[in-house]
Amino acid sequence: MISILRKGNIGNLFNWFSIIILVLFAIIAIIAPFISPYDPNAQELTARLKPPAWIDGSVSGYLLGTDNLGRDLLSRILYGSRISILIGVLAVIISGVIGAVIGLLSGYYRTVDAIMMRIADIQLAFPTILLALAIVAVLGGGMMNLIIVLGITGWVQYARVIRSEVLSMKSSDFVVAARTIGVSDGRLLFRHILPNILAPIITIATFQVASTIIAESSLSFLGLGVPINIPSWGNMLSQGQLYIGSAWWISLFPGIAIMLVVLAINILGDWIRDLFDPKSK
Amino acid sequence: MSVNLLEVQNVKKYFPITAGLMLKTVGNVKAVDEVTLTLKEGETLGIVGESGCGKSTLGRMIMRVLDTTEGKIIFNGQDITNLEGKKLRRIRSQFQMIFQDPYSSLNPKMSVEQIITEPFYVNGIASLKEAKKKVGPLLTRVGLKESDRTRFPHEFSGGQRQRIGIARALALNPKLIVADEAVSALDVSVQSQILNLMMELKEEFDLSYIFISHNLAVVKHISDRVGVMYLGNLVEIGDKDELYQNPFHPYTKALLSSAPEPKRNVKKEKIILQGEVPSPANPPTGCPFHTRCPKVMDVCKEIRPVLKEVNPHYSVACHLYQ
Repeated sequence: MISILRKGNIGNLFNWFSIIILVLFAIIAIIAPFISPYDPNAQELTARLKPPAWIDGSVSGYLLGTDNLGRDLLSRILYGSRISILIGVLAVIISGVIGAVIGLLSGYYRTVDAIMMRIADIQLAFPTILLALAIVAVLGGGMMNLIIVLGITGWVQYARVIRSEVLSMKSSDFVVAARTIGVSDGRLLFRHILPNILAPIITIATFQVASTIIAESSLSFLGLGVPINIPSWGNMLSQGQLYIGSAWWISLFPGIAIMLVVLAINILGDWIRDLFDPKSK
Repeated sequence: MSVNLLEVQNVKKYFPITAGLMLKTVGNVKAVDEVTLTLKEGETLGIVGESGCGKSTLGRMIMRVLDTTEGKIIFNGQDITNLEGKKLRRIRSQFQMIFQDPYSSLNPKMSVEQIITEPFYVNGIASLKEAKKKVGPLLTRVGLKESDRTRFPHEFSGGQRQRIGIARALALNPKLIVADEAVSALDVSVQSQILNLMMELKEEFDLSYIFISHNLAVVKHISDRVGVMYLGNLVEIGDKDELYQNPFHPYTKALLSSAPEPKRNVKKEKIILQGEVPSPANPPTGCPFHTRCPKVMDVCKEIRPVLKEVNPHYSVACHLYQ
């Protein structure tokens, strides 16, 4: 490790750190039922709001303490990783794909642009929660629908950034060159233009993972998303805020979990972006 | 051979100027205003003119990268002015382009092999496997190493990148290559290498060139015939030697006299033009050059001169010779 620091190759160290964090959380999500000390919904009302094990007044067996209903925080965080990571990643992939396709097409074709960017304006003017309410009202609640809602509402950011990148790139010489050798529009968009605008897409995506995990909590808080009996980091945070003065640990630990995942995804995103850039090899 | 490979007939390109809330067209930038020229098979036609005279726009219209506002472009007997989609893509392999800036004309995310194989398989000429076999000979032909195929554009110098661009243009075995300021971005020593390469390739692959440049010496070196453009108009076109030694049009005379002479003790008379080039959004009436012409006559302000043959195969658009 010291030799890595001496070589000034700290970036690589962070890359490995982020991979280890993500792999760890993925494993945790899979094997949560086997490693959790308690059922995440088992209430022990005699042990409400108990602090973590290293603080006075803790109850043995509850490593990270308990929440307002006496449920074990550690078990809830372990179980919550399943929902939060799944929703965060899937919703971002959905909105990224929708946004990329719409952005590419509207950057390249004027008519598509005129239509899609007006739709984007409408969606931006529309409160996300209201839109989500409407979609849930039609489709019904549940996790799959929550992912779809979050995926659909997130496309505008991608589409706008990608559109502007395409606009500036479509008149560049290598795109003109590709057209003169007979490259079709589809291949031009996906093989020539898209690889050259991956950097901003990956940057937005990594930020979106974080905001999606938070958005899940606010939708779940309104009862539109994950049922309250399924723990997720988001709904743990929102429950914890009521007790933030007296029992800070309820919101702190899921908050740390969110932070670790988001940070790891951000670092990994930077790394992936560099990998796709032949100049950095 | 005296077959016309390319005929450009009365081609115009106007870019609309829009203004106001409703984006009403309030005027046009007349980038190219009625240009007519022909190119014979195996010939190199140089197009010179100062920046903004419409020479690149003309090249891009011939390449069908820009649509023409008016006029016809006939390639090899076929009218390609309004071809679209698949038909256009099929004929496009016969005319290719070499770009000015070798840094922006190659996709930075594609390796040399991907860049050169692409023309083959997007046109269904060869499978990827067959196309890969053709990369090596093409690379060595343009003066690169076969081992360069796995490298990416940023690993090459400007001259080498231009060679990659030439290899890509050659891949489809075109008849016509439009070179838009192909050497302007390169060092002088590299310029001559690329020019010589282009001249060798012309013999070897039976190419015809349209060579667009602002550099008079470069155009003189490579061309058989030369056309001079001013403010979107072709003012003089003819045999290279004749044009450089004995130009007719007052603009050509001024242009040639302004070029630096390599021999120091040859004193030549410089014609200094007054004023600026008028805006192509608001070109003068009559002859586009009349505002600056030292030999301006009354008729020049009213009537636009047309290209007229003064000698065999030598045409000038000037009232002095009509």
